[in-house]
Amino acid sequence: MSIELLAFYFFAFFAVLGALLVISLRNPVHAVLSLVLTFFSMASIWMLLRAEFLALVLIVVYVGAVMVLFLFVVMMLDIKVAAAREGFIRYLPVGIGVAAVMLAEMVALLGVRAMHVAPPPSAAVMGGQANVVWIGRALYTEYLLPFELAAMILTVGIVAAVALTLRRRPGVRHQDAARQVAVSAHERVRLVSMPAERGGNGAQP
Amino acid sequence: MSWNDLINVLPELYLTGSICVLLLFDAFAGARYRNAMHWLSMLVLIVTALLVVAAQRVGPATAFSGMYINDALAGLLKLFSILAVALVFVFASPYLRMRKLAAGEFHTLALFALLGIMMLVSAGNLVMIYLGLEMLTLSSYALVALDRDSPRATEAAMKYFVLGAMASGLLLYGMSMIYGATGTLSLAGIGATLPMSPHYMLAVFGVVFVLAGIAFKFGAAPFHMWLPDVYEGSPTAVTLFVASAPKLAAVGMALRLLDLGLHPLFPYWQDMLAVLAVASLAIGSLVAIVQSNLKRMLAYSTIGHMGYLLIGLCAGTSFGAAASVFYAIAYVLMSTAAFGVILALARTGFEADQIEDLRGLNQRSPWLAGLMALAMFSLAGVPPLFGFWAKLLVLQAAIQANLLWLAIVGAVAAIISLFYYLRVVKVMYFDSPAEDRTLIATSDASLRWVLSLNALALLALGVFQGPLLDWCLRGITG
Repeated sequence: MSIELLAFYFFAFFAVLGALLVISLRNPVHAVLSLVLTFFSMASIWMLLRAEFLALVLIVVYVGAVMVLFLFVVMMLDIKVAAAREGFIRYLPVGIGVAAVMLAEMVALLGVRAMHVAPPPSAAVMGGQANVVWIGRALYTEYLLPFELAAMILTVGIVAAVALTLRRRPGVRHQDAARQVAVSAHERVRLVSMPAERGGNGAQP
Repeated sequence: MSWNDLINVLPELYLTGSICVLLLFDAFAGARYRNAMHWLSMLVLIVTALLVVAAQRVGPATAFSGMYINDALAGLLKLFSILAVALVFVFASPYLRMRKLAAGEFHTLALFALLGIMMLVSAGNLVMIYLGLEMLTLSSYALVALDRDSPRATEAAMKYFVLGAMASGLLLYGMSMIYGATGTLSLAGIGATLPMSPHYMLAVFGVVFVLAGIAFKFGAAPFHMWLPDVYEGSPTAVTLFVASAPKLAAVGMALRLLDLGLHPLFPYWQDMLAVLAVASLAIGSLVAIVQSNLKRMLAYSTIGHMGYLLIGLCAGTSFGAAASVFYAIAYVLMSTAAFGVILALARTGFEADQIEDLRGLNQRSPWLAGLMALAMFSLAGVPPLFGFWAKLLVLQAAIQANLLWLAIVGAVAAIISLFYYLRVVKVMYFDSPAEDRTLIATSDASLRWVLSLNALALLALGVFQGPLLDWCLRGITG
């Protein structure tokens, strides 16, 4: 059994384990963290396949951005009040566990990369091009139309989100920062010239 | 990319640009010019339709390295989708005004969905199929949830979203299997490499999931659970949309995937489709009987109709495929007519969505009752209406393909379903109107005229069905 195959089984084991934990853990925060583990393991497997750009994007986009957002949402929804307030110590073992596994995976990955003897032939490698160049070229030539369509789908997402959440309430008092800034000195203080009151009781002309 | 590519996708390009302009217009001036969104959207639809016709003259061709197919089938489905969306806009306009629903977003999202449909029926690649489908469904989820203050609409949207996301996942999983077996995402390439592929069984495995995704899109049993809730829960204007153009997209997607890409696996998917068809026919015709909500009843009738549509696909011949396309067009025109009558009767605080609500409609508004009766008879498949020819053609295709048993099941289901369609007619004509509720037909002139034209088209296309059938056959055979 080659070291590469060994690494694959290692990552695959944790990917499946993470996926199982996502659906079996009671605490949603733990479930999200397990999903992070799954993504991380999958990224490592992609790395083994020499799709290094995609693997990094998976970590940066999914683990770095999407899952953190997800974590925020899960915490904001306050699904399990008691469990969510148990404190830092309670999560620490899980956090350390996930971190340790990720570290082990990374170390293993780097080790595997160092020991690569015969890289598997793939179109990207055989073309003598870097992964990023190859993906970029494919996206903007052959896959131009789907690429643009995907952009339109994102637009639909924004329109849908605005349509479903924006409420135009009339009569709501709110500050208009632009008008506040644009105000001029004589708008702030209105000087009114009033005739001084003359003395005397009712002796007006 | 060349000029030729751009000319082929000109209708979609124009539609995309117009949607962006409409979006900006609605954001900055929509509140001031109330009806402008409606008329501008109609203008966009008309120009898009003209461009589709113009693009047909340069076809049949593929563009963007096989991603986009511009052929007669795509043109046919696009034109009828545009027609369906135009009907939706006309029928929905008074309803949206009364309910104070976000009319601007309704138009924009429906046009986005139309863009998804047009991309989907022109897709020459698995990626395009998936993206077109996502564009269509994402817009549909938002449309269903548009009435934010209605808990039922929100629930329907949630169900639709969760089940739809799962169906997309299944479809994508199946596509990845097929890609694994053939090593290509292009549908033509899949069709060419599949017979020689050493991973033949992997592709068969993938077909199961792809079919599940297609069946969900159709609303065919046993993937129909979302359909009644979505039809009942969403605002009627949105129900009308969900019941119309997306069905054309579904038939386009099925033909592209099954006929173009997975035809080497025909014996496998034929059996699976037959099971789906029989289940849909059974559920569609039996469960609809016990419904008291008209929209829900029409939802179950949709499931039944999708069963007939699948019978046509099951046949696997070009005649069967043409019959399916014909059926989809017939279904869309029938359902716009039926939902159009509901929309014409709805007013503030009264949805007219119970069958009982139609009691004695004939005494209040004989013309609307007549239109509804026409729609119901056509849905039931009474000769010489449009629906009859559609049913006849798919059953004929099944018999030609030696699927006599399937044709018999279809005929039996048609007879059972006659019961609940006729019940609506009976309620309208033979029951006395309820005293406490008064049915008032809409005074909106364009709705009345277009609805009449739509219902009368069911009769006209029933009598002169030849040209449309020829057009469908030309679309399939190229």
